[in-house]
Amino acid sequence: MSSPGSGNRIVQWIEYRLPIFSWLDHSVGSGYPAPKNLNYLWNMGSLAGAALVIQIVTGIVLAMHYVPHGDMAFDSVEHIMRDVNYGWLIRYIHANGASMFFLVVYIHVFRGLYYGSYKYPRELLWWIGLAIMLLMMATAFMGYVLPWGQMSFWAATVITNLFSAIPLIGDPIVTWLWGGFAVDSPTLQRFFSLHYLLPFVIAGVVIVHIWALHTHGSNNPAGIDVKGPQDTIPFNPYYTVKDLLGLGVFLIVFAYWVFYNPNYLGHPDNYIPANPLQTPPHIVPEWYLLPYYAILRAIPDKLGGVVAMGAAIGVLFLIPWLDTSRVRSATFRPIYRQFYWILIADILVLGWVGANPPEGHFILIGQLATAYYFLHFIVIMPFVGWFETPRQLPDSIATSVLDKGGGVDSAKEGAQ
Amino acid sequence: MSTTTSDGGHGDDASRRDFLYIATGAFGGVGTALAAWPLVDQMNPSSDVLALASTEVDLSTLEEGQAVTVVWRGKPVFIRHRTAAEIEAARNVDVGGLRDPQADEDRVRQDKWLVMVGVCTHLGCVPLGQKATDPQGEFGGWFCPCHGSHYDTSGRIRKGPAPENLAVPPYEFLSDTTIKIG
Repeated sequence: MSSPGSGNRIVQWIEYRLPIFSWLDHSVGSGYPAPKNLNYLWNMGSLAGAALVIQIVTGIVLAMHYVPHGDMAFDSVEHIMRDVNYGWLIRYIHANGASMFFLVVYIHVFRGLYYGSYKYPRELLWWIGLAIMLLMMATAFMGYVLPWGQMSFWAATVITNLFSAIPLIGDPIVTWLWGGFAVDSPTLQRFFSLHYLLPFVIAGVVIVHIWALHTHGSNNPAGIDVKGPQDTIPFNPYYTVKDLLGLGVFLIVFAYWVFYNPNYLGHPDNYIPANPLQTPPHIVPEWYLLPYYAILRAIPDKLGGVVAMGAAIGVLFLIPWLDTSRVRSATFRPIYRQFYWILIADILVLGWVGANPPEGHFILIGQLATAYYFLHFIVIMPFVGWFETPRQLPDSIATSVLDKGGGVDSAKEGAQ
Repeated sequence: MSTTTSDGGHGDDASRRDFLYIATGAFGGVGTALAAWPLVDQMNPSSDVLALASTEVDLSTLEEGQAVTVVWRGKPVFIRHRTAAEIEAARNVDVGGLRDPQADEDRVRQDKWLVMVGVCTHLGCVPLGQKATDPQGEFGGWFCPCHGSHYDTSGRIRKGPAPENLAVPPYEFLSDTTIKIG
């Protein structure tokens, strides 16, 4: 065993009975070889893990002061903001932490999409990741309901009403979700219970995600398989240090929102207590759900809109088979790479449409962008894979790194 | 003979064992489902929520052209004292061409009083149009700001994503100026 402290007799005593040190070494230590060419986009997984821990810690503390009842929830949040020691800080970290969590997870997903991380043999890894994303959306939605402001209440109403689109059993399901005939205190109380539960479910699924990841190891920017020790470096110290540097940068960005712009990502209407008799004139979800909201509204039919919104995520489960190219990394796919960036632009347009009222030209733009979203995955992805001629792949990860390094060195020499 | 008996006996044993496996499995499965039912049903409306089922409203103070919003089972109920022009507009509609075909006569008990649940049938927002200053949509009734559904002066869906007309709750006139909803 080569893990640090292996000469220590206490470590040996524990290791003999519970081999936790060698397990750690093979998980995140020097015994876990990782591709040597990982770039900073590969930091997002560890950042997402850090964001989850921050949410759980701040959330447990907030639950010590929050009251999940329709008559008291709003006031208890104000109590946290005004009276509880550092309550404002902890709540702002938790509220902005949700956005930061989604930010790094979305970059993580788009990283996987660019470098073909969903392809053989990582299809299940991709699926488990999408399951985590869906759990995050459910958790974030229920958390947004807890302050019991106007946006909370009407987000709860609109989202639970999505289930009423189900034929025949839709209305009984909605009544069951509400525990009444409208969103009310019973709804809030169950949302609080589930909002507390789901992060731990996420943590469990994250462990399965890492298990699947470590079965075949990380993908890499070249998208080619590790062929031997010359292609890898030990996770510790190289990637632990790189992840820690990334964490520092992440926390600086995080701190900007918490300390300088804590309410920017929220909505002022949520500082108005929930009123079941008045819908705010313009209701929008949080930024990380805006593209899906735009897809929901693009279809001028209730059931159709709900189905399209579900399909927008459902189609992501199919891309290991919709992408017909044998090359993983878009770096070596000149045509696909361009469509990739068009897709990113399309999703940003959907987010912009989702943030605006469904009037005038926003309706048409939303419908076109929705159509293109599905066109990308269902038509463009398989056809580009069939007809595109990829660029020559490097022989190995080691040679791709050395070629690049040589290029930089010779450029420096040239400059001198 | 002995071979046949032995085979038959063996076959009988196997099928009997299969039956026991399936019966035990089914028993366990049904038992688990029954045990899970209370955990599912507890989320349905509780007795005290179900008890708040009716609301009485005095209409005598409501002038023609005015509307009031009351709460019934936690939901807003729109009550509108319609003008003759609004009734006229609601009746001069080709019912067959509507998304949710329903004649205005079938939606009211007395022509001038329109009573309906003020919850958009799309995703449950409360449509605007109760106040004179509210936007009332292209058909002079109600307009839902969430996703742009337009309702006419009979509360019927005319444009936008909502699939159905605004629901008419069960209600009765206790006197000329009092109704009981629920």
